[in-house]
Order: sequence, then C-alpha cells, then structure tokens
Amino acid sequence: MRKLRLWLAGLGLAFLWGQAEADYTLNLTEGVTELSRDVHDLHMVIFWICVAIGVLVYGLIIYSIANHRKSKGAIAADFHENTKLEIVWTVIPFLILIGMAIPATRVMIKIYDTSGADMTIKVTGYQWKWRYEYLDEGLDFFSTLDADSNRARQTGSGIRPASVDNYLLNVDKPLVLPTHKKIRFVFTGADVLHSWWVPALGWKKDTIPGFITEAWANIEQEGTFRGQCTELCGRDHGFMPIVVVAKPESEYRAWIAEQKSAGAAAKADATREFSMDELMARGKTTYESNCAACHQATGEGIPGMVPAISNSPVATGPIAQHLDVVLNGKGAMMPAFRETLSPVELAAVVTYQRNALGNGMADMIQPSAIKSN
Amino acid sequence: MSASAATHDDHHDDHHDDHGPAKGFMRWVYTTNHKDIGTLYMITSLIMFMIGGAMALVIRLELFEPGMQYVDPGFFNQMTTLHALIMVFGAVMPAFAGMANWMIPIMIGAPDMALPRLNNWSFWLLPFGFVMLASTLFMEGGAPAAGWTLYPPLVLQTGDSFPFTIFTIHILGISSIMAAINIITTVLNMRAPGMTMMKLPLFVWTWVITAFLLIAVMPVFAGAVTMLLTDKYFGTSFFNAAGGGDPVLYQHLFWFFGHPEVYILILPSFGIISQIIPTFARKPLFGYSSMVYATASIGLLSFVVWAHHQYTVGMPIAGELYFTYATMLIAVPTGVKVFNWISTMWRGSMTFETPMLFAIAFVMLFTMGGFTGLMMSISPADLQYHDTYFIVAHFHYVLVPGSVFALMAGTYYWLPKWTGYMYDERLGKLHFWLTTISVNVTFFPQHFLGLAGMPRRIPDYAVQFAEFNAWSSVGAFVFGFSQLLFIYIIIKAVRGGQKATDEVWEGASEHGLEWQLPSPPPYHSWITAPFVK
Amino acid sequence: MKGHNTIPMNEDYYLPHKATYPIVGSIGLTTLLVGFANQLNGHAIGSTLMLAGTAILVFMMAGWFSEVIRESLAGNYNHQVDISFRMGMIWFITSEVFFFAAFFGALYYTRIYAVPWLAGEGAFESTGELLWKGFQNVWPTNGPDSIGGVGPEGHFEPMGAWGIPAINTLILLSSGATVTWAHWGLYANNRRQLIIGLIATVALGFLFVFLQAMEYHEAYTEMGLTLGTGIYGSTFFMLTGFHGLHVTIGAIFLLVVLLRSLRGHFGHDNHFAFEAAAWYWHFVDVVWLGLFIFVYWL
Ligand code: HEA
Ligand code: HEA
Ligand code: HEC
Ligand code: CUA
Ligand SMILES: [Cu+2]
Repeated sequence: MRKLRLWLAGLGLAFLWGQAEADYTLNLTEGVTELSRDVHDLHMVIFWICVAIGVLVYGLIIYSIANHRKSKGAIAADFHENTKLEIVWTVIPFLILIGMAIPATRVMIKIYDTSGADMTIKVTGYQWKWRYEYLDEGLDFFSTLDADSNRARQTGSGIRPASVDNYLLNVDKPLVLPTHKKIRFVFTGADVLHSWWVPALGWKKDTIPGFITEAWANIEQEGTFRGQCTELCGRDHGFMPIVVVAKPESEYRAWIAEQKSAGAAAKADATREFSMDELMARGKTTYESNCAACHQATGEGIPGMVPAISNSPVATGPIAQHLDVVLNGKGAMMPAFRETLSPVELAAVVTYQRNALGNGMADMIQPSAIKSN
Repeated sequence: MSASAATHDDHHDDHHDDHGPAKGFMRWVYTTNHKDIGTLYMITSLIMFMIGGAMALVIRLELFEPGMQYVDPGFFNQMTTLHALIMVFGAVMPAFAGMANWMIPIMIGAPDMALPRLNNWSFWLLPFGFVMLASTLFMEGGAPAAGWTLYPPLVLQTGDSFPFTIFTIHILGISSIMAAINIITTVLNMRAPGMTMMKLPLFVWTWVITAFLLIAVMPVFAGAVTMLLTDKYFGTSFFNAAGGGDPVLYQHLFWFFGHPEVYILILPSFGIISQIIPTFARKPLFGYSSMVYATASIGLLSFVVWAHHQYTVGMPIAGELYFTYATMLIAVPTGVKVFNWISTMWRGSMTFETPMLFAIAFVMLFTMGGFTGLMMSISPADLQYHDTYFIVAHFHYVLVPGSVFALMAGTYYWLPKWTGYMYDERLGKLHFWLTTISVNVTFFPQHFLGLAGMPRRIPDYAVQFAEFNAWSSVGAFVFGFSQLLFIYIIIKAVRGGQKATDEVWEGASEHGLEWQLPSPPPYHSWITAPFVK
Repeated sequence: MKGHNTIPMNEDYYLPHKATYPIVGSIGLTTLLVGFANQLNGHAIGSTLMLAGTAILVFMMAGWFSEVIRESLAGNYNHQVDISFRMGMIWFITSEVFFFAAFFGALYYTRIYAVPWLAGEGAFESTGELLWKGFQNVWPTNGPDSIGGVGPEGHFEPMGAWGIPAINTLILLSSGATVTWAHWGLYANNRRQLIIGLIATVALGFLFVFLQAMEYHEAYTEMGLTLGTGIYGSTFFMLTGFHGLHVTIGAIFLLVVLLRSLRGHFGHDNHFAFEAAAWYWHFVDVVWLGLFIFVYWL
C-alpha cells in the first residue's frame, strides 16, 4: 500500500510540474498587442489561483489517503456535517470568483471598444480561404494556403511536413498591416461559419454569413504572425491559415501603393487575348491550390464523394456548362468560384481541366469571355 | 439508513409473475423488468463505447504525426462528429440510464419502475437510432461531418445522411424523455414507506435532477434540429440571414440543450461517487443535504449559462459579461461537492478496492477539468482558448476521468450485486492503473497543444505540435486497449467466481437498501416494501 | 381497483409481464422516419415506407391502448398505478412545453435581436451598413433579401389577428370550458353532461383545425405568405403548424375518450384517460394564447 501512496503522490506532483512547466514553454502567447497582453495576464492570474486551490484540494486528499486508511488502523469518525465549515467553503470560493470577475470585466470592455479606429479591414471567410478588403484603400484580395503546404498535405503525398517551411501556417498572400495603428476588423462569412484567429492579437472572432462582427488590434511590433481558421467549416477547415505581416507605417504605405498598381495592371491584362500555354500554366497552379484538394491532383476525384474530372461528362462536354459548374458550384459540396477566382484564373482552370488530367478537348476560353458573364 | 422487511402478507395476485424471466431472446425484447432493461442499456453502452472509442482511435491515429496519412479530411470530420455523438448519446447516457434502471427501484424499495412498458420502449428505441446513425457512414456524401454541434450553415451541406442524422436525434430524444419521465415518476411515487425525499441515496437524487434536465432540454434540441430540417428541405429561414434569420440562433438553441446536457453526463456520476466514497471510508456522507442543494443549484444554473460556448460570435458585451458571471458561479456548488467528498474521506477508515480507486481518481481528475472549465468561463480569456485543444482537454477531463470513471467505479461497486460474483480484484486494480495513467498521457498534453495554438477539429497540424500529439495518440491507444481488460473482467464476473455476500462491501448495508437484498437480487426486487427508519 | 392503501404494498402495484407493443412502435417509427428521409432525398421508396410506418404506428397505438384499457377495466390498477400514469402525463406535457419553447425562443430571438442587428440598429451598425443597406427593422419581415413572397419585391401580407385567429381563440377557449363542464358531469355521475360536453369539445376542436386550414389556404393563395416567406413565414407556420398538429392529436385523443365514455368506461374516481386528455387540451389551449398574443397580435 505504500506503493500506492507513492504512485499517487508522484501523479499529483507530475500534474503540478506539468502545469508549472507549461508556464515557461508552451503557455499562451503574450502576443503583440495590449489586448493580448491583458488576456495573457488574466490567464496567468486565473491559472495560478486554480493551481493554489488545486494544491489545497490535492493536498487534503493525499493527506487523507495517506493517514486515514484502515490498513494503518484508522478508526472511522462519525461526523457528517459542520455548518460553519460548509459556509466557509461556499463563501470563500465565491469571493475568489469575484476577484477574478473584476479584471475579466475590465479586459472584456476594452476588447469590445472598437471606436476611434484609424482604418478598417473587412475579412470574409470562404470555404477555404480568406478575403481581405482594405475598406479605406479599395484594396481587395484572397489569401489561400501556400502551394508547398498544399502539396505536402495531400493524403499520401510522401512529402515530409517538416521539410516544408511553416507547414500549414503559410499563405500565398498575407494580410499586411501597419504597426501602431488602431485597426478595426469587420468579419463576415460567405458560405458557412469560420473564425479568424491570430493568437498574437489576443482574440478570435467568428465570421457569420449575413452578419458583421467586429474586433480591433493595435500591433506594437513588426513581424509575421500566424494563425488559423478555428471554426469547423467543412472538409478543408484545417487548411485555411492566416498570416499577418505587420510593417511600420511607411513600408505599409509603400506596399499599398505597389498593390494598387499591380491590381490595375492585372485588370488591364484580363481583357487581352491569352495563349493556350499561358492558360494551361496558370490553370495548373489554380487547379492545384483550389481544386486538387477534392478532385485530386490527378483529376481522379474521390470515389463516392467527388466525381473525377478525367473523362468527366462535364469537362468533356460543352464549355459553357463546364464554366457554369465552376462559376456557380453544384450540389452541397462543389463550391461556387464566381467570387473567389478572378476571370483569368477561371478561364485558366477551365481550360486546364479540359486539356489536362486525361482530357484532350483542345478548346479554351478567354478571360474576357468570362467577364461578360 | 436501514430497513426491515414488512410483514409479508402471503397473498399473490395471479397477474404477478414471480417465477423469473421467460426464456430465450424474446425475453429481452418484451421484458418489462427493470433489471433486464438495465442490463440491456449497459450492454448497449459498452458496445457503443467500443465503436465510439474505435472512432477516437481513428482520430488519434491520423493525428499521431503531422501530414495526412490514413484518412481523407472529410472522413476525419465524420469521425469527430460520430465519435462525439456516439460517446455522448450511445455510451455515457445509456450507461447511466442502465444503472438508474437497475439501482433506483432497489435503492428506494420499489418493486420495479413505475411505468414498465414505457421503460421497455425507452430502451428499444436506442438500437434503432444507433443503427440509423451508423448507417449514415455508408450513404452518399458520407456521415454527418459538421461536428456534434451540427452548426448551420455547414451542416446543411451534409449529403444524403442529413435527414437520417436529424431523425436519429429525434429518436434518441424521445427515448431519453421517456426514460426521464419514468425515473421521476418512480422516485416520486414508488418510494418505500419511510423513504422520504431527504433520505434518498444521492445516486437517486442526482438522477431525479438529471431527469428534469432531460425533460426540459431534449425537446429544445429536437426543435432546433427540426428547424435545420425545414431550413434545408422546406425553405424556412431560421438560420439564414437573407430571410431575417440567424445562424447563431441555432447555437443558442443548441447550447440551451448542450450545456445542461454536459451536466446530464456528470450529475449521475456525482451520485455514484457519493455512494462509493462513504462505503469505503466507512463513514456517512458528509453534508448530505448540502449535496442535494448543490446538485439542484448546478441543475438550475445549467439553464442560464449556455452562451459561454459562444463568446466569439459577437454577442453584445452585456451578454458576454452576464454569461461569464453566471458560468463562474457554477464553481461554487461544484466546489461544495468536492469539499464534501474530501470531508467524507477525512478521518475515515479507508480501504482502496477498485471502485474506491476510481472514485478518488474521479474527484482529482474531474477537479482538473473543472479548473480548466472555470478558466474558459472567463470570456476574455476564452477568446484565446475557444475551439482549441485546450477545450478538448477540458471536456475530456470531465468526461473521461469524469463520467466514464464514475461509470467504471459504479460498475465495480455494483457488479457483485448484479452478478452475484466478486470480480477479480487484482485485475481490477491493474485496469485502474493502466486506465488512469493512460488517460492522463492522452489528455494532459492537449492542454499545452491548445494554449500553443492548435485548433480543434483539424486532421493535420503544424509541425511544432508534433510531440504532444504523438504522446496523446500513444496514450489513447493504451487507454483503449486497457478497456479490453475491463470487458474481460466483467465477462469473468458474469460467468462465475467467488460468491458475493449480500452486503458485498464491509459495512455497506449502512449505506443503502441495495445491500440488504441478496446478490443477485430476486427477479422482482422488493416484492414487499421495506420500511425505512 | 384495490382501494387506496396509505401504505403501498408492492405486490399490489400492477406490473405487466411483458410488453409486446414497444418493439412494434420502434419498428413503426423507424420505418416512418427512414421513409421520410428517403422521401427528402428524392428516393421513390420513401412514401411507401412512410405509409407502412404510419400503419404500424397506428396498429401499435391501438394495440397498446386497448391492452391498457383492458387492464384498467379488469381492475388491475390501484391508486398508486393511477398516480404513476398521472405523473407520466404531467411530465410528458412539460416536455411538450419545452418543445414549443424552442420555437417561441426562435421567434423572440429573431424579433428582438437578429432582425434589428441585420438592420444595423444599436451596437451593430455595420451589419446594416456593410451588408444590407436599406433594410429596415420592421416586423413582420421576410428578411433583407425578401425571401419568398410574391414578385421580385418578395411582397407578402402578414396574418391579422382579428379575423379567423380571434374566432379560433374563442373556439379554443370555449372548448376548454366544455371539457371542464364534461368533467363536472363525470364527477356528478351525469353521463349525459359528460357526453354532450365531450361532443362539443371534439367538435370545437375539429372546427378549429378546419378554420386554420382555411387560414393557411388563404395565406398560400392570396397573401403570398408561405413557410418559405423569410423568418416571418418560418416562425408563423412552424408555430401555428405544430400547434395545429397538437390540436388534432388532442381532438383525436378526446374522441377516443368520448367513445370510451359512451361505453361507460369511466367512473367518478377512475378516469385517468379523461383527465389526461383534458390536461392535454388545456395545454394546447395555453399554447394558443401565447400564439395569439405573440404571433398574431403583437
Ligand atoms: C461532463 C461534462 C462537463 C462538465 C461537468 C463541465 C463543467 C464545466 N465547464 Fe465545460 N464543457 C464540456 C463538458 C463539461 N463541462 C464540453 C463537452 C464542452 C465542449 C463542447 C464543444 O464545444 O464541443 C465544454 C466546454 C466548455 C466551455 C466552452 C469553451 C469554448 O468552447 O470556448 C466553457 C466556458 O465557459 C466551459 C465551462 C465549464 C465550467 C465553468 C464548468 C464547471 O461546472 C466546473 C466546475 C468545477 C470546478 C471549478 C472544480 C471544483 C471546484 C472547486 C474545488 C471549488 C473552488 C474552485 C474555484 C473557486 C476556482 N465548458
Ligand atoms: C463522453 C464523451 C466522450 C468520451 C468518452 C470520449 C473519449 C475519447 N475521445 Fe473524445 N470527444 C467527445 C466526447 C468524448 N470523447 C466530444 C463531445 C468531442 C467533440 C467533437 C466535436 O468536436 O464535434 C470529442 C472529440 C475528440 C477529439 C478531438 C477531435 C477533433 O477536434 O477533431 C479527440 C482527439 O484526440 C478525442 C479523443 C478521444 C479519446 C482518445 C477518447 C478515449 O477515451 C476513448 C477510449 C475508448 C476506446 C478506444 C474504446 C475501447 C475499446 C477498444 C480499443 C477495443 C478495440 C476496438 C474494437 C475491437 C472495435 N475526442
Ligand atoms: C470541396 C470539394 C471541391 C472543390 C474544392 C472543388 N470541387 Fe468540383 N466538385 C465537387 C463535387 C462534390 C462535385 C460533384 C457535384 C455534384 O454533382 O453534385 C464537383 C463537380 C465538379 C465538376 C463537374 C464534374 C462532373 O462530372 O459532374 C467540375 C467541372 C468541377 N467540379 C470543377 C471544379 C473546379 C474547376 C474546381 C476548382 C477551381 C473545383 N471543382 C473544386 C467538389 C469540389
Ligand atoms: Cu474556415 Cu474553418
Ligand atoms: Cu457549457
């Protein structure tokens, strides 16, 4: 029975050690905003209070197990109530809770105060990518899992995740933000619920179709901060990361200017005539980052769930119908890409599907034809 | 609490069947006997625990290392969803219902449950419900994959299995409501003379309160999923903003059910633990009446805290704060229970048979889960914790070394009574230690994963989470296979062994009527009502 | 009847040896629901299964209830059994109350919270501004996209309170009175009063259902108001529809009680089925009052 006692004591110690260890190695991040620091501090306060109560509770249990055992000749007492004691252990926890509620309230009120922001970013969750609109700049783009991670994460890809930079936490186009500005975020969802979480900012917020939710951040440090979608949003919920790059005001302004001119150029570009090779090259990357997750890189689909593109009646049928499926989606699973892909990408991916993956239709569609759709 | 048999006036009505059960399979189909039905419930629960656990092992297998190795992400989500639905509705709830059926009539000195035919139906809906749920795996589009919470709009993307999922919930809901009605009626109407409400064993009390929760919340869940059904097939707009509805409305309805539901999963455990600790401490339960009031307070509070699952949906700040305060309050009555258990052990004369080991582990590990629950109830902090593995760790601590441990404790405690034979104590202890160690290896690292930023419901993760996930998976497999030992121990005890005495545990007859009947009890438990002093 | 023992003797509590109907009920319900699910998934077999399931369920209920009636008439049920039945019914009705609470909850939530939010009122300005410009917080509404209704504007007419609904209120309230009057008749061993009271109640019940059907017909054909008319149509038809279903069930229940009364099944101290039906009827009545106030009137 001594063995048992040691075991239990060891177990109890292991917990406490684990908890304390967490503090130094794998604890909640302090983050880079005032809010995230406040939340971290609050977390530490409640954590230590729980540890203290835990020590008391476990201590009493272990002491009792060690000493009040029959094998040690303990004779059972007969008490079965003690009003004073019971009042004590009702009132003291209550007071402790009030002690926790006060700072919690203060932090929550601060988190909810989105007034007086310097700029507004609109974030829309899509299955499975993010759309960022800089409402004051007229800038608007999508952000998707980067191609390296995407390749590696396909079932049976044979690529070691550890060999990929920031596996599953990297995107093709990060959200660039200025430091030392109060940034207001407005969130909404395009299809289902998502949730936008960058731990370093100190909070997460759900994106709800048809509704706007709000939050704010004032980033105090330059750097790259990573997060993920945290509301189950379907098959690829695990694969829609978020990357925020915070830059000083001046660099941020330069980046904005660059994006605007690049955007204008791309727009002009979309009206020109594309060659087959151009479309196929562009189509391959678009296919791999948007379609391969379901239809597979080889185009064979997932039997019973997702139809093959290879020899598919749609991809080998009239091009207008093919385009229609891609633009408007089909059934419960096939998403509509009308909004989330640009005309160039749409034209490219349709052309690619018809001329690769075992199909050889030898026809193509121009981006300009899609714009008029 | 002690009772003496009433003078038995020897007349038997012809409509009584005192000759024991009929033979053959149809006995189980037609039975109205509370012990038979209890046994059916518990066998079903064990099977469901295996199936739900096997699904958990699929989850843990895929999460053993980063990268997608074994399953499709869509299938992974189906596993998460079915694992939770099966564990909650198939393993834990039926197990408690089984114990209620077996023990409540015996513990209150009743001949059987108050409404025996209804009792049969409560059970015999379950197999149909679960076959329906399991069949969704083979349908076009696969099983439901939107999480056990079935949030719209995502759940509306489910394929052919969608209506089957909804109807499964209706069937299970009807079953639970009927079982709850039966239990309340039995306790209120069938107590032996002298068995006042404030003498009820705590297992009975906690079940009465649980039954009230069931009656109040299962219909709301049924209503909520009915709205899902009409939104998908009949053009209603409950959860569609374009028509003036709101996806978050579903969350409110779901959690109005879902939060009390988690107490439905824990209150009977509290009852079992409150039976076991006094027996093995050889002391009366400390603070009986405060235990009753605490349970009732937890039950009442559980109706008014639901939105602590929705801190991130953008409720008005008043809502965030209200739900924070209300949720925190639950720590007070729960603490009362923990302190009462400790005081029961205090200066007792304890022995540590397997039920007691599980009970002590319950108190310690449930408290761990309670602490993380309390941390999550603080809304600003939960904006970080929400939907991460910190939550997964929290609820597995309260559900596995919580509810499931209490069930195991109860099984070991009452198994000699049920079967008439002692289980193998050495194997029982082995099972305890394997289970307790592995459950911590499985779920403790998940705290770190969550705090470090790993979201839940993902089939693959960034490489920095690899180590703890590997630990967690190893723990899960050890835990899972340790349960084969549990099943072996049960089967062994059913088939024979050392005869159990009526009292089974030294001095147990001080602690409940069940120990005054023979082991196993006669087919009709209390033919003559005992008088309780 | 074994008389009213103050100390219940357990062996006097009637325990059936076996229950053959529950498994039939499970098979029936499962068949019905599997049929419905197949129907929704567009499989032809659905409606057949639904019919079969319904038939099995009807068979089950008829069988189960006759068995209970037989036992009751044979005097197997003592006072304690009677109390069990009563408690069972009360808690069953309680669970029904909570079922309606879900739909009332949906109504309150959308009216007080979701619709104003969509319209950008109070703390949530930006939802209206960024997503649904021009949407006003009015009730009834079919939402910012005017889902359902007629024409491109999605126009519909809300259901007024003072036509059929007001008449239906009177009908249900009077039926509550007639059923109580019948109950008095039963207590006074006045069979005539019992039967006339029940006939009146059942008739009023079916009249209510008939009028509601007319109201639905008008809504669908003339008012542009359907189940699919946004959140107003959804809450309106789901609440009144489930209520109507319960009125129908209650009226059938009362009809059975009427038939049994005609056969003289009930005594002044032995009429659980009558009381259960009456309680159910009052519950349906109270729900209607809630509907009248919150769905039609306010
Ligand atoms: C058995 C089931 C069970 C039980 C008992 C509990 C108990 C509690 N739970 Fe838990 N919970 C779940 C099952 C359970 N939970 C599940 C399944 C989920 C996830 C659902 C999903 O999203 O899928 C969840 C999620 C969940 C959340 C949502 C988190 C999120 O998604 O962001 C929150 C937030 O407040 C919460 C809080 C609590 C609290 C405060 C308690 C309290 O009851 C705990 C009280 C106990 C103690 C505090 C310990 C003992 C007390 C003392 C020793 C006294 C002194 C202590 C102090 C004063 C600190 N739970
Ligand atoms: C009572 C409820 C309960 C129980 C007992 C468990 C038990 C377990 N759970 Fe579960 N779990 C939930 C309720 C429960 N869980 C809920 C509500 C969720 C949330 C779902 C959601 O997000 O929607 C969840 C989610 C969940 C996740 C997160 C998934 C995700 O977010 O994607 C994980 C991951 O590790 C997990 C693991 C486990 C493990 C390893 C066990 C183990 O304890 C199980 C061990 C048991 C066995 C392994 C069976 C024993 C038998 C054998 C091994 C024999 C061999 C088998 C055969 C011969 C068939 N669970
Ligand atoms: C989430 C999974 C998913 C993604 C991502 C996806 N699809 Fe699909 N796709 C489907 C499913 C499922 C169907 C079958 C729809 C149906 O018939 O109901 C489908 C059908 C199609 C079809 C019709 C095939 C046929 O034979 O019926 C085409 C063409 C198609 N998808 C193209 C694309 C393109 C192009 C992309 C990317 C830009 C894409 N899909 C991305 C799931 C997906
Ligand atoms: Cu988007 Cu999860
Ligand atoms: Cu909760």
